[in-house]
Amino acid sequence: MSFEHILYSVDSGVALLSFNRPKALNSFNEAMHLEVQQALKSALKDEQVRVLVLTAEGRGFCAGQDLSDRNVDPNAASPDLGISIERFYNPLIKQLQAFPMPVICAVNGVAAGAGANIPLACDLVIAARSAKFIQAFCKIGLIPDSGGTWFLPRLIGMARAKELALLGEPLLAEKALEWGMIYKVVDDENLREEAMSLARRLATQPTKGLSFVKRALNQSFDHDFNTQLDVELDLQRMAGQTQDYREGVKAFMEKRTPEFKGE
Amino acid sequence: MTNKSYQSLVVHQVESGVQLVQLNRPEALNALTTELLAELSAVMDVAEASGDIRVLVLTGSSKAFAAGADINEMAERDLVGMLNDPRQQYWQRITRFSKPVIAAINGYCLGGGCELAMHADILIAGRDAQFGQPEINLGIMPGAGGTQRLLRAVGKSLTMQMVLTGQPINAQQAKDAGLISEITQPELTVARALALAKVIASKGSLAVRLAKESILKGMDTDLATGLRFERHAFTVLAGTEDRKEGIMAFKEKRQPNFSGR
Repeated sequence: MSFEHILYSVDSGVALLSFNRPKALNSFNEAMHLEVQQALKSALKDEQVRVLVLTAEGRGFCAGQDLSDRNVDPNAASPDLGISIERFYNPLIKQLQAFPMPVICAVNGVAAGAGANIPLACDLVIAARSAKFIQAFCKIGLIPDSGGTWFLPRLIGMARAKELALLGEPLLAEKALEWGMIYKVVDDENLREEAMSLARRLATQPTKGLSFVKRALNQSFDHDFNTQLDVELDLQRMAGQTQDYREGVKAFMEKRTPEFKGE
Repeated sequence: MTNKSYQSLVVHQVESGVQLVQLNRPEALNALTTELLAELSAVMDVAEASGDIRVLVLTGSSKAFAAGADINEMAERDLVGMLNDPRQQYWQRITRFSKPVIAAINGYCLGGGCELAMHADILIAGRDAQFGQPEINLGIMPGAGGTQRLLRAVGKSLTMQMVLTGQPINAQQAKDAGLISEITQPELTVARALALAKVIASKGSLAVRLAKESILKGMDTDLATGLRFERHAFTVLAGTEDRKEGIMAFKEKRQPNFSGR
């Protein structure tokens, strides 16, 4: 599949989606949004795909919205920023959260604005040592969108969330790790390979079961204790019906390595 | 059970008194054609007469319960055509069905689909379900109870909002508003509906029928009339064998064995 603003390929059960507008720090314009939507759609349809890796080309990860797409004419009526959120950013964030398989985000460089929050919607975030997360919104009078105001307090606590969102200063990868916002930091030159080897490993795991795991964890934020216990009950019931569960138990009894099919 | 074949429905084998009816027009997100409504009416005719069928579970696909009426079909009807709309008799048949119907809803439940779902006695939905009356977007309005049953379920403000804007609500909003009674994981919606149906099917069928009738009566009458109806229905049950059996089994701490008499 060939795109102009992203790269997309599938190999060994891993779908790799890479933002590819390096000259614009991989910021989003409408065309890139549409291509991302199309790539995610085809990953969902592709039965080979058991893990999604999100990353970017060049020195940055994503600078969020391409502001040259949003020229603000002082004499014109105010723009409705809600339109692109409703049409592109929110559906993307929801889709990444609900993606029925693990989603790894390899943050290769600066991640600013919506670009800082897209990784937070993924399941495992690996950052290059030089990567930075910048909630740049406050610098231009906006609020952290793409789930930022929801993810940040949950991942790092309210005090730190407010620090990032109100001051808009860069959060270095090491610090993000220390704060529990991301999974891992690796040397820049090893990022892609580390992310891919983790992805290849996950691609051999019980994909359906893993999708239930992330679903249960994601839903927990919305639920009280009793509701969440019911969610666990439901999802465990469904997990028990997968072929991979049978294979897992069988392999355990036979003291061998299980061969999961993701079904 | 008859093994009649249907174009737009799949009727699954009766189990413990429960029949599962699945809307099956995946190519059109289960849009409700006249044929589909006619077939559903026919299924209900059979179910009404069958002593083996106690409860119906009505569902669609994982993507859509039903996304609305069949627009092409509707577009062909002018004013006179609409006056003589054959669909009306099928809606009445569905309204009149005396046995409990549980709607298991996943995905889109819009327009005529939402109206059909509201004909059910119990509505449960998957987390990803969407309910709406988008007719206004087509320059028309709900025509099979969408302004009435929705009003009674969720109140004036939300009904006005949904009907006048055409914008849908999600499963959580639908539950908060009282349109549906439960939310499940989407994959378990049908299983949960079948489980509820089995519970209901295990009860005395006369009591179930009169209780359903009393509740529906209460939906569209004043309290005094509703209470009088309820008392009469309650009194009628005093003459049944099921009542004797139910009370006896309770005293003897055993499962009742209802005969439906």
